[in-house]
Amino acid sequence: MVLDLSDLSKSFAGGAVRVLDGVSLSLAAGEVVALTGESGSGKSTLLHMAAGLEPVDSGAIRFEGRDLVAMTEAERAALRRSAIGIVFQQFNLIPSLNVAANLRFQARLAGREIADFDGLVASLSLQDQLAKYPEDLSGGQQQRVAIGRALAAAPRLLLADEPTGNLDETTGDGVFELLLSLARARNAGLLIATHSERLAAAADRRVHLSHGRITG
Amino acid sequence: MNRAALAALLSHWRRRPFQLVTLILGLSLATALWSGVQAINAEARKSYGAAADVLGGGGLAELVRRDGGAISQADFVALRRAGWQVSPVIDGWIRGEAGRVRLLGVDPFTLPEGGSAGALAAGDMTGLLDGALFAHPSTAARLAEATAIDSLAPGIALADLDTAGTLLQTNGFTRLLISDTQPLTRPDLAEIAPDLRIETPETAEDLGRLTDSFHLNLTAFGLLSFAVGLFIVNGAVGLAFEQRRPVFRTLRALGLTAPRLVTFLVLELLLFALLAGILGILLGYLIAATLLPDVAATLRGLYGASVEGQLTLAPAWWLSGLAIACAGTALAAGGGLWRVARMTPLAPARPRAWAMASLNAFRWQLGAAAGCFLIAGAGWGIGGLLGGFTLLGGLLLAAALALPATLAAILSLAARSARAPLSEWFWADTRQQLPGLSLALMALLLALAANIGVGTMVSSFRATFTGWLDQRLVSELYVTLEDEADIPAFTAFMADKSEALLPIWEIEAEVLGAPAEIYGVADHPIYAENWPLLSAHPDTWARMARGEGLLINEQLARREALHPGDTLPLPGGFSMEINGIYSDYGNPIGQVVLPLDVLVARYDGIDRRDFGVLTGDRDLAALRTALIRDYGLPEENLIDQAALKSFSLSIFERTFAVTGALNILTLGVAGLAILTSLLTLAAMRLPQLAPLWALGLTRKDLARIELLRALILAALTFALALPLGLALAWVLLAVINVEAFGWRLPMFLFPGQWLWLFVLSLAAAALAALWPAWQMRRRPPADLIRVFTHER
Repeated sequence: MVLDLSDLSKSFAGGAVRVLDGVSLSLAAGEVVALTGESGSGKSTLLHMAAGLEPVDSGAIRFEGRDLVAMTEAERAALRRSAIGIVFQQFNLIPSLNVAANLRFQARLAGREIADFDGLVASLSLQDQLAKYPEDLSGGQQQRVAIGRALAAAPRLLLADEPTGNLDETTGDGVFELLLSLARARNAGLLIATHSERLAAAADRRVHLSHGRITG
Repeated sequence: MNRAALAALLSHWRRRPFQLVTLILGLSLATALWSGVQAINAEARKSYGAAADVLGGGGLAELVRRDGGAISQADFVALRRAGWQVSPVIDGWIRGEAGRVRLLGVDPFTLPEGGSAGALAAGDMTGLLDGALFAHPSTAARLAEATAIDSLAPGIALADLDTAGTLLQTNGFTRLLISDTQPLTRPDLAEIAPDLRIETPETAEDLGRLTDSFHLNLTAFGLLSFAVGLFIVNGAVGLAFEQRRPVFRTLRALGLTAPRLVTFLVLELLLFALLAGILGILLGYLIAATLLPDVAATLRGLYGASVEGQLTLAPAWWLSGLAIACAGTALAAGGGLWRVARMTPLAPARPRAWAMASLNAFRWQLGAAAGCFLIAGAGWGIGGLLGGFTLLGGLLLAAALALPATLAAILSLAARSARAPLSEWFWADTRQQLPGLSLALMALLLALAANIGVGTMVSSFRATFTGWLDQRLVSELYVTLEDEADIPAFTAFMADKSEALLPIWEIEAEVLGAPAEIYGVADHPIYAENWPLLSAHPDTWARMARGEGLLINEQLARREALHPGDTLPLPGGFSMEINGIYSDYGNPIGQVVLPLDVLVARYDGIDRRDFGVLTGDRDLAALRTALIRDYGLPEENLIDQAALKSFSLSIFERTFAVTGALNILTLGVAGLAILTSLLTLAAMRLPQLAPLWALGLTRKDLARIELLRALILAALTFALALPLGLALAWVLLAVINVEAFGWRLPMFLFPGQWLWLFVLSLAAAALAALWPAWQMRRRPPADLIRVFTHER
């Protein structure tokens, strides 16, 4: 298993708001799992915990068998650099770097050379945008850069938090298909949070969250 | 609508109290330093006014001798008999317990009405005629027997003519005051006293004119600190406007017109300006009260001007403080308000676009810098004190305006040569942070340049002054006799106890219409070996030994454009050729050195009690003991060379204490500017730093990077401030000093001081960046995660 979450719980506001309540979930290499649920159901929190960004209250997270919860912050950071790609709803590109530098950033941070940079750029249809800065791009283009950045580092796990949430339907569909195809082509496990039932149907497996529990 | 809009706008400050504190603090400091300096200047000018008022408001015409000598009793009597309403005055200096005191001898029967002396003479004529001395309480404390009286200006003692004549050892009068009320007809002056001439009153007081350069200097420092403070305000207001762009956008979209929005923002700023103005005035009072004693000491040391050490504040000062706070706010916020007025209701918030627009603004600033540079050049061309300060101000402004563009160019270059992804991001990101930091860095540049410039000037002055003292103080021991009648006995006593006795005899007189000291110099080879001559005939000392020619100090030479070989007319109606010009640091007035025989032959009333003693290899301590125990001289009449040097250096250090204090204050304000900018930016930077954290950098890494960024920017700013500071030092030494004081100093370089300042600026930047970096290090992950889940 690439990712193994067991009995995860998380509360905010000193325990007053329980966001996740005993969630368990596994993800195999090359598998695409869609995480659906209402707003506030705990999808984003689950993804953030899986990435080692959000501390857990209780439960275990194992990445390729290694205990993520027991790791230090520096070890978790090193793992994110080299093995986990994250795609955010708000794109979260680095505004001071151009598209080419943004695409290469995480891979270079992990000390890797991108095997086929031109091929990646072509698959993202960003050939004419390489010298531009994030603010000069449309939302769809920015999200494609974010996907490219995450995949360029050849991650074994890809976490995508509502990657189409800020895009119109046509653009969103395009981005979703691109994400799926690139993840599968690279044999990366993909855990994707989405509101869209239609998009979720394209995943290998679907997990529904409601009030912090897996209900389906 | 109005109320709701105002509440929405003001809510920003409730959510960001630190930013409000920054704004108020910046404006308060700017106002405080400016008003503090103004208070000091006003107090000093008030003292000069009071001094000029002693003899009738400083507005009376006077009769003086054409040759600068004393006016005889006969001339005075002849004028009175001819109907001229004149009153004699003896004006000179006596030694008090802590420096010299100006003594005015007046005739209470003829003194014109008006002025504090006139009022005193009328009120206590008996006391005056009985030989009493009157002085301001602060001055009376420095004199052995003087009656304290509040109505006299500090630093002046008043006596009747007999007493003053005795104390100053003079028979004649220095000048005759011409009363405002004169008979309708009276004979011409040329018929009665052809040797006298009328000197019309100056509108500005003499001391005021003499000390203008010093006050201009203080004002320049005050202005610099004010400008540095305004950088903080500009930064805080600019960022507050930028952060509130979404609010402005929403308010505009909801129907608030641009003029109404700007009006609300102006009202908000006015409120802050008044609050900060009041705080600044209180702080300014504290600064002025702290610095005034040092300023008073400086003015006394440099110009012999007495300034009361206590501060009194006029309502006009309070009002001007508030006005300057409002004007400063308007200046600092003008650009931001203009952008708000022109903003379209749907303008999106684009941080990089803002940065790019600011980079474009840098290019405009570069153009303005070129303009300032041209103005500086024009200032140099104009010459004079005003030209010097124009050159100085132009250079400083040009450098400050050019700084952001220069830094942007350096950072671009660094980004291009970066290989690692993190360093590539670091340089690009630092460049993007420049707009938010540029004002603080400009403030730092100005503060560092002022420190380097003024530090180099003061240290050059100190090095020159110390060397000059070593040369000038040739005698090992300086002796003042109790009476001139003791000279033969003293000479006999010293015959086998010294290598030589060098008379230090002088008179005070007017040379070319200005007060001057005339000294006599004995024929001794030690002068040729030690006297610090700037330019001279090759056989200067041989000529002096033959009684031919004279020496003048640099001040007199520069003021009157005199050179060796020129002829100088002297009091007493004779002229002599100038043999050489010597440096005479710290002396505000002209000085002439004659061969001793010429001095003695030409002038009466010479003070002959002072001698320098060359001891050779004899024991100085034993000589002191012999002079006190065997000869019977009071100990206070002996000063050895080391004590004199240390006394002179202590006066020097005190003189520059104010400059040092203002220097440190300016650097402190600049440090605060960096701190406030970094803290304000820290909150805005989360959206840029959170993705890096998500991509695999730890919070500790990010904190380190932020600290490193502040250090690199401070180091780059220091590197640019160094040449600017040295240029500043050159302007101060070669242009302003010459215009203000009449002497030019050689410029020395002090790399040790630069290193210390470099370390200090790095420490200031590190200190300023430490808190934001610590905040980053301790920031909960939830704060960073929020960036990914909400539009910020």
